[in-house]
Amino acid sequence: MSSETEKSGPIEYGFETRAVHAGAQPDPVTGARATPIYQTTSYVFDDTEHAADLFNLSRFGFLYSRLGNPTVSVLEERVANLEDGRAGLAAASGHAAQFLTFFTLLEPGDEFIASRNLYGGSVTQFGLSFKRLGWTCHFVDPADPENFREALTPKTKAIFLEVLANPGGIVVDLEPVVEIAGEAGIPVIVDNTMASPYLCQPIRWGADIVIHSTTKYLSGHGNSMGGVIVESGKFDWLQGGRFPGMTEPDPAYHGLTFYETFGDFGFTTKARAVALRDFGPTMAPLNAFLTITGIETLALRMDRHVSNAQTVAGFLEAHPAVDWVSYAGLASSPYRDLAAKYLPNGPGATFTFGLKGGFDAGVKMVEACELFSHLANIGDTRSLIIHPASTTHRQLTEEQQIAAGAGPDVIRLSIGIENADDILRDLDQALSAA
Amino acid sequence: MNLHYPDTSIRDILRRVKTIAMVGASPDWVRPSHFAMKYLQRKGYRVIPVNPRAAGTEILGEEVYGALADVPPTFEMVDVFRNSDAAGPITDEAIEIASKKGIEIIWMQLGVVNHEAAARAEAAGLSVVMDRCPKIEYGRLFGELSWSGVNSRIITAKRAPFRR
Repeated sequence: MSSETEKSGPIEYGFETRAVHAGAQPDPVTGARATPIYQTTSYVFDDTEHAADLFNLSRFGFLYSRLGNPTVSVLEERVANLEDGRAGLAAASGHAAQFLTFFTLLEPGDEFIASRNLYGGSVTQFGLSFKRLGWTCHFVDPADPENFREALTPKTKAIFLEVLANPGGIVVDLEPVVEIAGEAGIPVIVDNTMASPYLCQPIRWGADIVIHSTTKYLSGHGNSMGGVIVESGKFDWLQGGRFPGMTEPDPAYHGLTFYETFGDFGFTTKARAVALRDFGPTMAPLNAFLTITGIETLALRMDRHVSNAQTVAGFLEAHPAVDWVSYAGLASSPYRDLAAKYLPNGPGATFTFGLKGGFDAGVKMVEACELFSHLANIGDTRSLIIHPASTTHRQLTEEQQIAAGAGPDVIRLSIGIENADDILRDLDQALSAA
Repeated sequence: MNLHYPDTSIRDILRRVKTIAMVGASPDWVRPSHFAMKYLQRKGYRVIPVNPRAAGTEILGEEVYGALADVPPTFEMVDVFRNSDAAGPITDEAIEIASKKGIEIIWMQLGVVNHEAAARAEAAGLSVVMDRCPKIEYGRLFGELSWSGVNSRIITAKRAPFRR
């Protein structure tokens, strides 16, 4: 395994190289170069002792695909590597990844604080469904990081935010939030879906856990659902007993103490061994394969997504039918400096704008598009358009919609990697129709 | 702490060592030391438990000794499964009997760091690893930890080693 080059010291491979290689080696038996799709539910044991050791977590290996699968584990390691984290855990969707994260962190009666500028589905998950499990989420305006400090209570166990926030154009200043969380002894969780690790690496700014909906830019082709949790490995879970699930013997695992036993990958180990085991939102091996394949071209795609988005944002800002454009790459954006700091390769390709004609003009425009697909997703190779107030953010009150940047007049675009002139032509004809 | 050990040196240690004296090995099967001992046994190492409170009993088929000096065979590595303070006197004990017992490496477990003890051991010609677990490092460097989604940081176009 050792190579000549390694003897002269560890090599720091670049992002593009790691996006192609991390987590994947040629198959040890067949030499297969692409990661095989291990379409199997289960794995034979050598003997009963081997089986017992696997069930007890006292040796590494596969036993049942609800808990782990060789194709899925390549994806887990790859995303962990790209995020500069210690370990990853995949789930059936981004929402499942969020559920597994909070189930591992929280006890009934616990609280966490979330930025109010989130994907609408997260606002609903946190505000309504989590409440039924005894978890309370307090939403704050992230524009002033001090708002997070003011919302802290003795029961607060985490802060959750999107640095590049859905539905777009807003950038949250992560560093001061990390400092506030550090003083409070709680982890910062970042949903990095909108940026992808190519544009932003929250762990390098001090985030403790990163979550992705891999359905978006990571898989990148609109063909596979998935989510991943990455832990930095740097959070000290002791904190005077604030996280008993990590530091006390776990009755769900014969009295094993996860932090003590697994150290800096104790969080993802517990999320896998307890939350994924007991709730079962496992990623399918085929989806992992498609996502691994997608990630190989992440850097190429993101550069094209960003350059197309920058072109489109400029075009819309100059268009007479457009009232405003919220894209952090524009000189007019109040988030331009934060974008330059946290997203040096560009502030993503999903953003919003408002039409002078308001709600009705927006509906007409969405329906007049020929090239843009009218659907509820982002991060596809194809350009996408949607009216958030009637779709992704529909379950929110109008007040919440406006607070989340998804008011009734707002159109959200996810700019694809097609020819930029074709994208502009379609938008222009649709704006004329509106 | 920011301790860095090149993969090549950790790999060399894990390849070179045959017998490990594990100080603080626990007879309780859910304790991390018990996990690590069982795992290392499976990988072909002989692990001899050292634990004064369990001296004279057996852990995983091996007799437990009260002190490093009591361990009859030679052992290349001392694995310290005790806290950072306790690592000091354990290291001194190991230095004293190093040539007689063939000790080459003092390995302190995850979270165990004692720079003074490490300096004394290195001055005596021993290699020191701190704040690492040999089970985890073995798993990471030989591919098994990747099965748990852990970032091994290994980038290679060579076949993964085939081990059961």
